[in-house]
Amino acid sequence: MSAAPAPVLVLAVGNLSRGDDALGPLLAERLEAAGLPGVEVLTDFQLQVEHALDLVGRERVIFVDAGTGTPPPFDLAPVSPAADFLHTSHALSPAAVLAAFVKVRGEAPPPAFALCVRGDRFELGEPLSAFARANLDAAWPALLASCEAR
Amino acid sequence: MDTTALETATQPERLRRVVIEPLSRVEGHGKVTLLMDEDDHVQQARLHIVEFRAFEKFIQGRPYWEVPVMVQRLCGICPVSHHLAACKALDQVVGATELTPTAEKIRRLMHYGQILQSHALHFFHLSSPDLLFGFDSEVGRRNIVGVAAAYPDVAKQGVLLRKYGQEVIRHTAGKRIHGTGSVPGGVNKNLAADERAALLADIYQIVAWSRDAVRMVRQLFEQNLELYRSFATFPAHTLSLVRADGALDLYHGGLRARDADGRTIFDHVDYDHYWERISEDVKAWSYMKFPFFKELGPEQGWYRVGPLTRVVRCDFIPTPLADRERREFLAFDDGRAAASTLGFHWARMIEMLHSAEAIKDLLHDDDLLGTDLMAGGKRQARGVGVIEAPRGTLIHHYRVDENDQVVRANLIVSTTHNNQAMNLAIREVARRYLDGRKLTEGLLNHIEVAVRAFDPCLSCATHAMGKMPLSVQLLDAAGEQVDQLVRG
Repeated sequence: MSAAPAPVLVLAVGNLSRGDDALGPLLAERLEAAGLPGVEVLTDFQLQVEHALDLVGRERVIFVDAGTGTPPPFDLAPVSPAADFLHTSHALSPAAVLAAFVKVRGEAPPPAFALCVRGDRFELGEPLSAFARANLDAAWPALLASCEAR
Repeated sequence: MDTTALETATQPERLRRVVIEPLSRVEGHGKVTLLMDEDDHVQQARLHIVEFRAFEKFIQGRPYWEVPVMVQRLCGICPVSHHLAACKALDQVVGATELTPTAEKIRRLMHYGQILQSHALHFFHLSSPDLLFGFDSEVGRRNIVGVAAAYPDVAKQGVLLRKYGQEVIRHTAGKRIHGTGSVPGGVNKNLAADERAALLADIYQIVAWSRDAVRMVRQLFEQNLELYRSFATFPAHTLSLVRADGALDLYHGGLRARDADGRTIFDHVDYDHYWERISEDVKAWSYMKFPFFKELGPEQGWYRVGPLTRVVRCDFIPTPLADRERREFLAFDDGRAAASTLGFHWARMIEMLHSAEAIKDLLHDDDLLGTDLMAGGKRQARGVGVIEAPRGTLIHHYRVDENDQVVRANLIVSTTHNNQAMNLAIREVARRYLDGRKLTEGLLNHIEVAVRAFDPCLSCATHAMGKMPLSVQLLDAAGEQVDQLVRG
């Protein structure tokens, strides 16, 4: 019998090798190192439909990603299910993952938030920019508070 | 056929330009441009994909043992394919001419998991909305939530098939992403007994759902026969790996090239010297190269790769259910489905069924639990690895110096192999559906349906929040925007 999932899921997306796209994975690394009880951290390149199943049994979900149009340094906001899929894209938005949860499970998803940290440079092989590094540091207390606010 | 028709207009400065491109930098580094004359006749149609430029620089200079992990960051859609292709190339560098049975079977299991989840994503998420609701359907329905509303079981199966494939990858690669399971010379973990039991518990359901998916595509063909047999269809040479006995083999084999009529161009060629058979042409208007068979030249030697090629051009599929479906596919409509571009979808589901069957068979093989994981031999300076990735043939080629650094890397990815074929597909659609007509979103979606059949990897490995709509811009001859459609 599998153990109950951690109450809080932090689902970070991004690519460590594409400049500021590393914001999500780097925040996830920092959070894992902090070892908060009751918090599970998952990282992936991008959100997909099967991530809806990772939300099952959670009390709260926090999506973490880099953002291109986000006001710097970051934005933290609740997310509701919305069918804003793009059939032209291989990736999903947090709202679309929540919508997939509703369709697959037939019930409301757990409360969800999106922490979107502003980045500017996303080319293959680039390091995290200084601008994004500062935004990451600014977002870190907000991520911690989101995980602990239970 | 004339493969240059509609590639370059004679007087482009006098034409109206239509651009279909993503507004966001993040996703889909591809766009379609159409040049239309004053009577709305298409004079030029081109697909531009601008992503595949920095791969080799990203890899060069790194120690070779880092490469199988690093290359996964090239593509967030099929990282496992790059992981395995790199390892196959680097097996040669470490002198591992033959893997242990456990290592090869663990890698195959990982690969079939990747094929299963990738094909499920493409069919259930990206393509089924077009196929189930029609190419002109409203945008709001063209997503998996739209599918879920109309076909709840289908949408749920799509999610669970994806999840199962990801679980296979997690158990064999060690992690959901950035897996380290495969290493030059073998693998670093076997399958534990409890992992095998967990995967076995669901595999028969996965096989059943995969079989249902094949039947669903067949029904779609039966209901729309005229459209499906002709849409974006054109004759093409083909390239794929096949096993020594001619069977479909997605992990390893020799190169098989056939012409549009199925006649052999070359067969069972050792891919170690692929460059003696394949070269790449460059066109001024495209960042992506155009591969071709050397013996036919750049104009006539282009070819198509991927599920449709593999299923049609192999001699048989070595799992019974998929092989039976293949024979029905080849016979359907006097062979016209197997020659059609939308046949990609049918072939893709046959491969998903084959992958599910192959996973089932492997899970009953005790070699997966073995402990002899690594092989080795005389160190070599270079290696070539080729694998059939979900989208088609993937080539990794490395040269490594005496300090173990990669000094040269060459990658030919599936989407590059299909560059010319995708361009021909959009020209066929432009000629048949757009020429002489006022453009609408529904008509322009026909272009995307044609490109989507190939499942090109436009979104390599990066994703950030932000809107990712497609825009269609109508520009006059001077480049001024006269109209725009935005969706997403």
